[in-house]
Amino acid sequence: MKKLSARRRHPLAALVVLLLALAATGGLYAAFAPADKAQADVAAQSLAIDEGKRLFAVGCSSCHGINGQGSSEGPSLVGVGSAAVDFQVGTGRMPAQQPGAQVPRKPKIYTQGEIDQLAAYISSLGPGPIAPKPEQYNSTNPDDISKGGELFRTNCAQCHNFAGQGGALTKGKYAPSLEGVDAKHIYEAMQTGPQNMPSFPDSTMPEEQKKQIVAFVRHTTNDEPNPGGLTLGSLGPVTEGLFGWIFGLGTLIAVAIWVAAHTTKAKKS
Amino acid sequence: MSSASSTTTGAAKPSSTRANPANKWEAAADWTDGRLGIYSLAKANLRKIFPDHWSFMLGEICLYTFVIIILTGVYLTLFFKPSMAEVVYNGSYVPLKGIGMSEAYASTVDISFEIRGGLLIRQIHHWAALVFVAAMLVHMMRVFFTGAFRKPREINWVFGFLLLVLGMFDGFFGYSLPDDLLSGTGIRFMEGAILAVPLVGTYIQMFLFGGEFPGHDIVPRFFTIHVLLIPGIMLGLLVAHLILVFYHKHTQWAGPGKTEKNVVGMPLMPVYMAKAGGFFFLVFGIIAAISAIATINPIWAYGPYRPDQVSTDAQPDWYMGFSEGLIRVMPGWEISLWGHTLNLGVFIPLMIFPLVLVAIAVYPFIEGWITGDKREHHILDRPRNAPVRTALGAAWISLYLVLLIGGGNDLFATHFHLSLNSITYFVRTGFFVVPVITFIVTKRWCLGLQRRDKEKVLHGRETGVIKRLPHGEYVEVHAQLPQKDLHTLTAHEQNQPIELPAQADENGVARKAGALTRTRAKLSRGFYGEGSQIPKPTAEEHHEITSGHGHH
Amino acid sequence: MSHDMSEDKLPEPHGSAGEVADHGNPFADPGLPAHEPRRTDIDERAAKRAERQVSLMFVISMIATIGFIASYVAIDPDRIVYIFPLGHVSALNFALGLTLGVALFMIGAGAVHWARTLMSDVEMPSERHPIEASDEVRNDVIEQFKTGAAESGFGRRKMIRNTLIGSMALVPLSGVVLLRDLGPLPEKKLQETGWREATPAKPLALVNMSTMQPMKPEDLVVGSLTFAMPEGLTTHDEDFQQRIAKDALMLVRIAPEDIKDDKSKDLGFEGILAYSKICTHVGCPISLYEQQTHHALCPCHQSTFDLADGARVIFGPAGHPLPQLKITTDDKGNLVATGDFEKPVGPSFWERAR
Repeated sequence: MKKLSARRRHPLAALVVLLLALAATGGLYAAFAPADKAQADVAAQSLAIDEGKRLFAVGCSSCHGINGQGSSEGPSLVGVGSAAVDFQVGTGRMPAQQPGAQVPRKPKIYTQGEIDQLAAYISSLGPGPIAPKPEQYNSTNPDDISKGGELFRTNCAQCHNFAGQGGALTKGKYAPSLEGVDAKHIYEAMQTGPQNMPSFPDSTMPEEQKKQIVAFVRHTTNDEPNPGGLTLGSLGPVTEGLFGWIFGLGTLIAVAIWVAAHTTKAKKS
Repeated sequence: MSSASSTTTGAAKPSSTRANPANKWEAAADWTDGRLGIYSLAKANLRKIFPDHWSFMLGEICLYTFVIIILTGVYLTLFFKPSMAEVVYNGSYVPLKGIGMSEAYASTVDISFEIRGGLLIRQIHHWAALVFVAAMLVHMMRVFFTGAFRKPREINWVFGFLLLVLGMFDGFFGYSLPDDLLSGTGIRFMEGAILAVPLVGTYIQMFLFGGEFPGHDIVPRFFTIHVLLIPGIMLGLLVAHLILVFYHKHTQWAGPGKTEKNVVGMPLMPVYMAKAGGFFFLVFGIIAAISAIATINPIWAYGPYRPDQVSTDAQPDWYMGFSEGLIRVMPGWEISLWGHTLNLGVFIPLMIFPLVLVAIAVYPFIEGWITGDKREHHILDRPRNAPVRTALGAAWISLYLVLLIGGGNDLFATHFHLSLNSITYFVRTGFFVVPVITFIVTKRWCLGLQRRDKEKVLHGRETGVIKRLPHGEYVEVHAQLPQKDLHTLTAHEQNQPIELPAQADENGVARKAGALTRTRAKLSRGFYGEGSQIPKPTAEEHHEITSGHGHH
Repeated sequence: MSHDMSEDKLPEPHGSAGEVADHGNPFADPGLPAHEPRRTDIDERAAKRAERQVSLMFVISMIATIGFIASYVAIDPDRIVYIFPLGHVSALNFALGLTLGVALFMIGAGAVHWARTLMSDVEMPSERHPIEASDEVRNDVIEQFKTGAAESGFGRRKMIRNTLIGSMALVPLSGVVLLRDLGPLPEKKLQETGWREATPAKPLALVNMSTMQPMKPEDLVVGSLTFAMPEGLTTHDEDFQQRIAKDALMLVRIAPEDIKDDKSKDLGFEGILAYSKICTHVGCPISLYEQQTHHALCPCHQSTFDLADGARVIFGPAGHPLPQLKITTDDKGNLVATGDFEKPVGPSFWERAR
C-alpha cells in the first residue's frame, strides 16, 4: 500500500489508470456481450423465377446453398414461402452481415422488384406462406384498433412491449421495436415467425385478426399522440424513475443551491 | 403559558391586566394568545436560527412533495372509483373503445382524458411521488454521510427511516390502484410473494384478496390503505420528525464562529419564512412544469389488467427497483419438506429486502456502540473525516445500485446490447463483490482527501505562480491559508479506538474481556485505528514549517 | 484531541466562538467573520432594482394564473398540438401544466429573491442547550414518578395489576377475530383449476383465445404459439379474472423428435404441448416463446423454461417446471383436455405437494 501511495502521483499514473479502465470496460463488454451464433432463418414463390435464381446465386447461396437447401451457415429455404423472403429481405435482415445473437433490421439492399423475384424463386422450391396484398393488412375499420389492441396484449405485448417498443429475450436476443415497420412486414412476421418469433398462422390467427393487430400497431407507433408529454421511450417505470431523478430531483437540488447560497457581496473579499 | 399568571391572578377582576393593544391586529393576537398561548410559542421560534446550506433543504423537498401529493391526491379521490366491477369503455380514447375493464381503470382513463386538468393532476401526483421517495433517500444519505444521526438525533433518524419505508409502500399501493396491465402485474407479484411465506402464506393471500387472485376486493382495500391508513401514519411521523428538528435545532458545518454550543444562520422570520415558504412554490412549480412536459404512467397505453396478459418492461416504480433486482437475480431454489413446499427463490429475497433497509436504519446505534461516544454532536462531519462510515455508506449505495441494475436487467440488455443472462450473473456476483470494492476504494479516497487537507493546512494553497530560484530551480509558490480556513480544516475530532480493559487487574488476577467487548474493541480499531485516519496536523508542525524558510 | 468519555455532553472544539485568535494556536477559531454588505445593502438603486425584479416575478405569476384559467375554459380536452421536442401532446395538459408551473414558480422565485437581496443577511449565532436535563431535574422527576407509582399501589396490589394486564392482553383479540371474514379459507382452491371439470367421458375443448373457437391439431404448425382457455369460459363472466389467472394455457408445437422429455411428449398430442401460461415463480403470464430454442422467458423476472424438455427451469428464479395439461382430441377432432393439471399451477405455496 505504501508503495502504491508513493507512485500515485507519478506523471504516468493517470495514463495507467485510464488504460486499465478502458481495458476493463472493453473486457467486461466482451465478456458480457452476447456472442452466440445467429440462427438465421428464412424463406420463398413464382414468376421471374430465373431472375430470382440468379440473384439468389449471387447474394444468398453462400449460406443457404446453391439450391436453397441450406448449409451449416444458413437454414433450408424450401417451403418458407414468399412472405418470409419479403420480410427478411424487405426489412434488410437478409443478407445477414455479421454473426451475432440475432440478425438485426437494417436498410434493405434489394429493390422491391428484386425482392419479388427472389420470393418467386424461393416459392418455387416449395409451398409456404404467401406475401399479403395491401387489402389484407390495411384496415379501414376504426373498430379494428381496439380489437387489435386486445389481441396485441394477449399475443404480442409480452415480447414487444405494450407500445411495440420491443424487449429483451434470452442471451442477447431481443424482440425488435415495431416503430416504423411497414404494415406488410408486421403481417408477414406473424405469418412466418422469423428467427425466434413464433408464428401465428392463419389457422390459429385468421387474416382478419392479423389486420386488426397491424391496425393497432400502426396506430400506436405512428398516429397515437402522447397527450401527457414526452413518452420517455414508452418503456415503463425504469425510464420514468431515471427522468424523475435527473430532471425532477436534479432541478430541485439545483434550485435549492440557489435558495441557500449566500448573495454576492458588494466587495469581493 | 406566561399569560396564565395574568388570567389566574386576575380572577377577581373582570379583565386582563395587559396594556391596551396598539391596533386591531395586536388585539387579535392578544385574543389568540389568551386562549392558545401563542406568544410563548412564538418567542422561542419566531427568530429561530437556521443555517444556510443547500443540503439542509433536501428535507424540505420531501415535506413539500408530500404536501403536493396530499393536495393532488385529494383531488383524484373526487373522480377515482375504487371498484373492480366490470364496465365496457366508451370514452374518447379510441384504442380502448368497446373493451371490458374495471371501473377503477375506466375512471382513471376518464381522469386522464375527460376531466379537464385531470391528466395534469394525475401526473403531478405521480411525479411528486417519485421525487418524494428519491428526495427522502438523498436526505437520508446526507444525514448519514455527515454524521447528523448522532446523539441526540438517533430517534429522529428512525422516524425518517419509517417515513421512507412507508412512502415506498404507499407508492406501491398507489401504483396498484388504476388496475391497468402494469399495476395488475405488480399485484400479481405481491400475491406470489405472499404465497411464498411458509405456513400462513395461503391464508394471508385469501384474507388480503378476499378469495382467489385477483377477486373484486383488492383495489378497494388498497385504496383505503393508500389514501387513509398509510398517509395517516406518515402525517403523524412527519409532525414528530419536524417537532424534533425544531427542538434539537439544526446541525451545522464546522467553520469560524461555529461551535457545538451554538447554531449560526439566519432567523426564521423573515428570511426563512421567505426562503422556505418560497421553496414550496418553487418545488410545486417545477413538478407542475415536469408534469406538463413528460408523461408518467400512461395507463391508457398499458390497457386494462387481465391475469393472462402482460407487457415486457414490467417493473415497479424506481423505489421498489432494488427489491425487483433481488427477486430477479435470485436463483430458483425451492425445497420440499414432508409434502410442503418452501419457495426460497421468492422467500429469501423477501427476507433480504427488509434487511437491506434495516441495515441502514440501525447504523447509528451500531456506530454509537462501537465508538462508545455518549456526547451530543451538532457540528457535522465532512464525509472524508469519517472514512469508515463514509465507506460503509458508499458500499450500501453500491449494493442498492447493483440491485437496481438487476431490477432493470431487461432494459440494460436491450439498450446496451448485452445479454440478459450475463447481466443477471454479473448482479449475482456484484451483490457480494461490488460493496467490498466500493468500501475499500472509498476509504482510501477519504484518506487521500484527508492527506490533501493536511498538506493544504501545512503548506498552503497552490497559487499557480511559478518562480525561478537563483540557483535555477523552478518552484510553485504556495500561499498560507487564512486562519478561518485553517480552523475549518482542522476542526474535526479524531477519536482514538477504545482500549480493552487491562488483561490483569491491580492485584495481578487475570481478567479476560468478554467476546462482545473484544469485538467492540476490534471494530473500534477498524473505525479509528491507524489505517483509518490521517493524523491531523498539529500546531507545532504548522509552526515548524511556516517559520522555516525557503519553503514554498 | 484525546477521546475521553467524560461527562461533558458538548465536546469543546479547540478555540471557541468569538475568542480572539490565539497566537500560539494557528488553528484556533477566529470567531464569526464580520458581516459584509451586499450591493443592495449599500446602493439604494440596486435595492430598488431588486424590488422591481421581485414585483415583476409576482406579476408574471398573476398573468400565468389568468392564463391557467383561460386555458381551462378555452382549450378542448381532445385537442392535440405538436410541440417540439415533446411531440403531439394534449394542448390542455401542456397549457395548464406550464401556466400552473410558472404561476407557482414565480411566487417562490420572487420570495427567495426578496429574501436574498433585500432582507437582512446578517448571520447570527443562537445558543444551544444540552437536550439532557440536569441531574437535579432528573432526580426530581424520578422521585415524583416513584411517589405516583406508590400512591397507585400498582406494585403492591398484585391482583389488580394481574387482572388489568390480562384484560388488556385479551381485548385486542376482538379486533383480530373481526378480521376473519376478510376472505375464505384456502382449502383446496389453489390446488385445482377450471380444467378439473374435464373428464375422459366429458372432455373440455381448448378454446383459442384469439378466435374464441376450438382448435384442431392441424391448425397448429410447428413453431407457432397459441393461447387457450377452457370451453365455457367467456371474458364477460363474473369470475373470468379468477379463472383465467389459473386456467390460461400456452400451446406450442414442437417437432416430436425435438422433444427431449418422454412424459411431456405423452401428455401432449403429436408434438402439441399445452403448458400453463402462469409462471411458477410469482404468477406472471409467461409467454416469451423463442420458437428456435424452445425457451419460454418470463417478462417479469426472466425465469426461463425449456418447453422441449418438460418446461424444465433453465434460468432464473422459478423453482419448478410449468405444469403441463394432458391433451388429446375428441370425436370431432378438436383438441381437448380430459382432466386437471397434475400439479397446482402458478407460484409455489406452503401446502403445495411437490
